[in-house]
Amino acid sequence: MYYQIAGHTFTSRLLTGTGKFQSASVMQQSLLASDTELVTMALRRVDLVAQQDEILPVLTALGVKLLPNTSGARTAEEAVFVAELAREALQTNWLKLEIHPDPRYLLPDPIETLKAAELLVAKGFVVLPYCGADPVLCKRLEEAGCAAVMPLGAPIGSNQGLQTRDFLRIIIEQSRVPVIVDAGIGAPSHAAEALELGASAVLVNTAIASAADPIAMAKAFKLACEAGALAHYAGLATRQQQAVASSPLTAFLESL
Amino acid sequence: MSNNVAINSKVSRAEAMSQQQAKPLQLEPSGFSQLLAKQDSAYWQQKILQADAAAVNRALAKSRRDLNDFAALISPAAAPFLAQMATQAQQLTRQRFGHALQFYIPLYLSNLCANDCSYCGFSMSNALKRRTLTLAEVEQECQAIKAQGFSTVLLVAGEHEKKVGQEYFKQVLPVVKRYFSYVLLEVQPLSSQDYAELRQYGLDGVLVYQETYDRVCYAQHHLRGKKMDFDWRLATPERLGQAGVDKIGLGALLGLGDWRLDSIYLALHLRFLQQHYWRSRYSMAFPRLRPCAGGLAEQILEQHQSQQPSQQHITDRQLVQLICAWRLFDPELELSLSTRESALFRDSVVPLAITSISAGSKTSPGAYATEKQSLEQFSTDDQRPVTEVARSMQQAGLQPVWKDWEAGLCRN
Repeated sequence: MYYQIAGHTFTSRLLTGTGKFQSASVMQQSLLASDTELVTMALRRVDLVAQQDEILPVLTALGVKLLPNTSGARTAEEAVFVAELAREALQTNWLKLEIHPDPRYLLPDPIETLKAAELLVAKGFVVLPYCGADPVLCKRLEEAGCAAVMPLGAPIGSNQGLQTRDFLRIIIEQSRVPVIVDAGIGAPSHAAEALELGASAVLVNTAIASAADPIAMAKAFKLACEAGALAHYAGLATRQQQAVASSPLTAFLESL
Repeated sequence: MSNNVAINSKVSRAEAMSQQQAKPLQLEPSGFSQLLAKQDSAYWQQKILQADAAAVNRALAKSRRDLNDFAALISPAAAPFLAQMATQAQQLTRQRFGHALQFYIPLYLSNLCANDCSYCGFSMSNALKRRTLTLAEVEQECQAIKAQGFSTVLLVAGEHEKKVGQEYFKQVLPVVKRYFSYVLLEVQPLSSQDYAELRQYGLDGVLVYQETYDRVCYAQHHLRGKKMDFDWRLATPERLGQAGVDKIGLGALLGLGDWRLDSIYLALHLRFLQQHYWRSRYSMAFPRLRPCAGGLAEQILEQHQSQQPSQQHITDRQLVQLICAWRLFDPELELSLSTRESALFRDSVVPLAITSISAGSKTSPGAYATEKQSLEQFSTDDQRPVTEVARSMQQAGLQPVWKDWEAGLCRN
């Protein structure tokens, strides 16, 4: 029960973030409980000069794969700038591409994101773009050479669950690269649902970091992801719109 | 009206910029100025004073709130709901900002000023030793501050266009930017082109407080100098938006005018700016009048204490209500609380809804690196060293965030 991004194998279906925790210690224990293997972090939060950064040593100790993100970038040009800094500083060419010129709802700019994805793929990055749940945009990003797509379930940090469910279904059906549902997942049941739908993974930060007990919540998400992925693998029974009549209307055909 | 750049939301930023460049100074009334002129203060005052428990309950039950809800939440009728407001405010703050708390520190560049304002120690008629830091001194200050761990700095100066103007800022910013990833400015209002130019030199954000939205009250307290020009100041956030500045800090000087009415107009101003300049982010500050040398503030404060509670004076309890109301009105807004407030007040209120604080602040130029102090702009209350403030916040379950920006972002 594994999946791959750019040839790299992951068994955990849960990607996590590093922001919003009470302390580096709570973050460490939460990430440990989540069993996550791929963790995103904003380069703008990392202080590489002062060497007083609390987050990086924790991630290194956990042995998780780093997924630096371009949060703060508002244009393709800025995203490329941050990506190159991240590659240099963190020694990884993996990148979560996020460009949100709107600082209030942090919604991704589809035009700049596609532009940046093309530039970054050409520069040898493994690009995982955060994007709107737009099936055509996801195909375009795939064609641009992105290693996965990360459509949003709901506005980031909103904990509203899969508000874009119908579009996510289309994206998952059409995609040739892993689909990772990012943003808006507020409860383990939302994560399970995304994986039941056939998403390869989910990214969860706020719902874990802001929980009253982040460590317990991290474990809850781990279990939900396992359940959702297993359910998808097992093949869910089709949900019926109506009850199935025990004496179907076509019963007369039997007597003909 | 139709040729006014600021009120036409369909005009792109590039077009707005080029139109700005064609007109060096935007002297016509701003878009928000026109919106403000249409407001009926009596209507809003009534709305606030006549709000009842039902209006407060309606506002509390909503998930997104409008100006009418905000009026109910800052009204006297909402006072008994403070505990409920605080609980909801804290939930919204954690959901959006998590446990992160940004730290910044002010760096005073100069106490020169060409204004006379009733509440400020830098007023030109105040006899004090005037000083503007040289570039070497600025660098010393930067080193002293940087050693405390800060990565965000707020550059502050009195308003003196000739000696502490655009040319000075262009020299200072590159020096400061070598030490800090995020640089904010709190000086006299500048033109849109000047802001756009300063972005290239490392400017990230600008704080500009209207002090009061009441023109009569504004005139009573701003007695000489360019700051007397209410409209020039009022249009500053729009010029910042046109210049593409990342962060725009708003606020009113609480205690000067009617704080509730000023808060309503601030909320209206914020919504106007968010609609027109959606690429910028906004922060709100809550400066209360503090005593200063030669200032009217002490007289005003004494009056407040001696008289029946006035509409100007804002109590601790009311300030908490106001901060919570802002969070309920705008869950995404950055809220800031400075060292003007006491350690006890900050320790209690910051965990409710605040997202950025200053610490270890000194409000006179050169105060961090040199012993000699010139007169401060106002006296701070929370004088704890930054390590102590940080520890206190950690104990409250918050994670101090020092760096949250890359110096190269938002330059073009």
